Amino acid sequence: MALPDAEQTYAALADRMRGAIAFDAKFVGIYSGGAWLAERLAQTIEGDHPVGYIDVSFYRDDFDRKGLKPEVKRTQLPFEVEGATIVLVDDVLYTGRSVRAAVNELFDYGRPARIELAVLVDRGGRELPIEATYVGARLAVARDLSIVLSRAADGRFAITAEAGGA
Amino acid sequence: MKFEIRGGRVIDPKNRVDRVATLYIAAGKVAAIGDAPSGWTANRTIDAKGLVVCPGLVDLSARLREPGFEYKATLESEMEAAVAGGVTTLACPPDTDPPLDEPGLVEMLKHRARLLNQAHVFPVGALTVGLKGDELTEMGELAEAGCVAFSQAESALTDTGVLLRAMQYAATFGHRVWLRPQDAYLARGGVAHDGEVASRLGLPAIPSAAETIALATIFALVRAIGVRVHVCRLSTAEGVALVRAAKKEGLPVTCDVAVHHLHLCDVDIGWFDAQCRLIPPLRGTADRAALRAGLADGTLDLVCSDHTPVDDDGKQLPFGEAEPGATGLELLLPLTLKWAAEDRIPLSDAVARITAGPAAILGIGAGHLGVGAPADICVFDADAHWKVEPAALRSQGKNTPFLGLEVPGKVRTTMVGGHIVYEG
Amino acid sequence: MHNPQLNAAGELTHLLTLEGLPAEFIVRILDTAVPFVSIAERDVKKVPLLRGRSVFNLFFESSTRTRTTFEIAAKRLSADVINLNIGVSSTSKGETLLDTVDNLVAMNADMFVVRHSQSGAPHLIAAHLNRTGRAHVHVVNAGDGRHAHPTQGLLDLFTIRHYKKDFRRLTVAIVGDVLHSRVARSLIHGLTTLETPEVRAIGPKTLLPTAVQSLGVHVYHDMREGLAGCDVVVMLRLQSERMRGALLPSPGEYFKHYGLTAEKLAMAKPDAIVMHPGPMNRGIEIDSAVADGDRSVILPQVTFGIAVRMAVMSILAGG
Repeated sequence: MALPDAEQTYAALADRMRGAIAFDAKFVGIYSGGAWLAERLAQTIEGDHPVGYIDVSFYRDDFDRKGLKPEVKRTQLPFEVEGATIVLVDDVLYTGRSVRAAVNELFDYGRPARIELAVLVDRGGRELPIEATYVGARLAVARDLSIVLSRAADGRFAITAEAGGA
Repeated sequence: MKFEIRGGRVIDPKNRVDRVATLYIAAGKVAAIGDAPSGWTANRTIDAKGLVVCPGLVDLSARLREPGFEYKATLESEMEAAVAGGVTTLACPPDTDPPLDEPGLVEMLKHRARLLNQAHVFPVGALTVGLKGDELTEMGELAEAGCVAFSQAESALTDTGVLLRAMQYAATFGHRVWLRPQDAYLARGGVAHDGEVASRLGLPAIPSAAETIALATIFALVRAIGVRVHVCRLSTAEGVALVRAAKKEGLPVTCDVAVHHLHLCDVDIGWFDAQCRLIPPLRGTADRAALRAGLADGTLDLVCSDHTPVDDDGKQLPFGEAEPGATGLELLLPLTLKWAAEDRIPLSDAVARITAGPAAILGIGAGHLGVGAPADICVFDADAHWKVEPAALRSQGKNTPFLGLEVPGKVRTTMVGGHIVYEG
Repeated sequence: MHNPQLNAAGELTHLLTLEGLPAEFIVRILDTAVPFVSIAERDVKKVPLLRGRSVFNLFFESSTRTRTTFEIAAKRLSADVINLNIGVSSTSKGETLLDTVDNLVAMNADMFVVRHSQSGAPHLIAAHLNRTGRAHVHVVNAGDGRHAHPTQGLLDLFTIRHYKKDFRRLTVAIVGDVLHSRVARSLIHGLTTLETPEVRAIGPKTLLPTAVQSLGVHVYHDMREGLAGCDVVVMLRLQSERMRGALLPSPGEYFKHYGLTAEKLAMAKPDAIVMHPGPMNRGIEIDSAVADGDRSVILPQVTFGIAVRMAVMSILAGG
């Protein structure tokens, strides 16, 4: 399976977002890949787009089976969620469960006016009725592989495939 | 009935016998050792090859739980346990319900025990009425009813004036007094030995001084009035040293240790294991070492089981609320053998500590196999190991810290008065 | 000896004591508590982690404070909370402790928060659950006799870490009735596990356990000496029963020698923090001015306490 070049995919995503998102959209990145992307998008896309970070550990639907992951980061939303236009940012959209958790969590902070979803890679395999508003690239991936985004020391992104689903 | 016990290693410490020989029993007594009496034919022969043949064990403290505690154990079950453990003579403490402070209760207990035709039971009478530590009991009447000594069991006797007079009164009539040395005030509320373990576990503690202060008091009284005292259930290294010094001084003092305390110490409590909730408390490793050395050199005259059956409900409680005590009649022999093997004590000396030694304290003719002695005999396999499990114990008390562990020494035959009362 | 707090897979399944709990478990609980502190600052203070689970507060020794913080923590995790003050119910009618537990498990209890006046009671319950095939029911020790109060120890550690960052550079003093204090024992175990180089116990001889040094502390009977150079001062509550038990003559004399005043606090480092597990006896173990002063972190301890308990319950209940 051929993996797309991460930097090119990122550029494609940013292009699709530029001019389409609201001028006052706030980026909320889902840790960790989504957080990196949100930070870079805020720099790449012109305009004032504050960045928040969200850890969905407390809202996941697999807690009963898997427990909390060893490291739970702090959700930081340095702006008012009430009435905000938010672009939720994640690296890979797969089953849609992380996004569902993130949306539920955002609603515990306030009632946003609107939430859009931006993802670097959409790999299909949805288990919930969720779609991304902005997509960098679409991929067909075998169930037993994960698509992983990494960030080098100089900030450049890379996409790899690893064994182990999701 | 004429019995022949063939080819076993006969160990009779009192008569200095330790050799492979055949024992001949007739009319309930030991008829001969080694060579058969003239005109001998046995009704039954017991093959004791590879086994030890010794006097039936004498256990100085075994709670039979009657009267009063029949929901914990019955006379029947505990007497079964005794002979299964090779015990043919036992003394039971007065802490029944009601306590053994009336001749009627003592007679009833002796009568019930006699009917079972198993081990000989010697009740120890209460020193004070109700064990309350105020008024003396009718020791004369109780002795006539069959009490072999007088004690307070685990109840405190804080009034030293009463203690002095109780000892004097007992001495007047030649009765023996058995006392467990524990200062009531220092022990108040305590459930574990005052050391590192109790500090870590946050358990109210009993300092060693509770025992040494009480011993000093007892010895001072013995010195003053010349009364014979047996000290029960020593637990501290300092206590062993005090007894050693008292004996050296010539005071008429004897003492014992409970068999669980030879092997366990406070660390064995682990995470609050209520099976280790015992009286006296399990103390430190140095105390355990001193008790073992003291038993070896004779400072401690004997070891007893301090058999105390406790039902599950009594142990399945937080440590401080759990009932103290461990089952012991069937573990007295194995745990004594275990001590002897570990500390390289000659088997004959170890056997002495559970036969002749306790018999001397009771002042009875048991605990030996001289010609003409009652045929109270224990035949056991010193090398057979068995696992301590509820099903393996005849006592209703399954409460022991040794559950699940293997111990040496299996009783094969127990005989009382020339009758076989147990075959394993 | 098998650690009864860990299951066969080496995961934390009960929280009974900090003694013998490896450092990585303690650090994980502290780290997990951090995001829960933030949750408390939101309008919606709940997360759905324990939704559908039943947490039973089994308090054999009454304590409104501790019970309330556990209740708040459980409810913020969206759990159902049932409070049982056992002193006035079944066991006084003769039902055993373990029978009570069995009955509640039959009512689908997922977690027990247990406070008992006897050391070892939560261990007994956990061992019973492990042994009877119900290891999925978790036990949290909310204080057993003098033995342990692990969630208090953890929130104290969290507080210290919040203000002082690195345990390995700290001198911590614990002042007062260490003998009877489960709070002190748990904190001492936690501090030594996290490699705190100097932990001090300050108090009169009557209030220090035998062999207290074996717990890993240095003993001081002179409070000024003991506070010299301290980064953290933890004041323990003095209970009035101690006066009746011939352990101390009077509160006045206690305050004079072991009460925390500004003057004594000046012996510690200028940026030392003052802690107290609460409730405070003002004027007996601590001066009001110090309790309300700028070095006191007593109120933050309470906030952190809820977050730490949420972290404990989440880690136990997960997977």
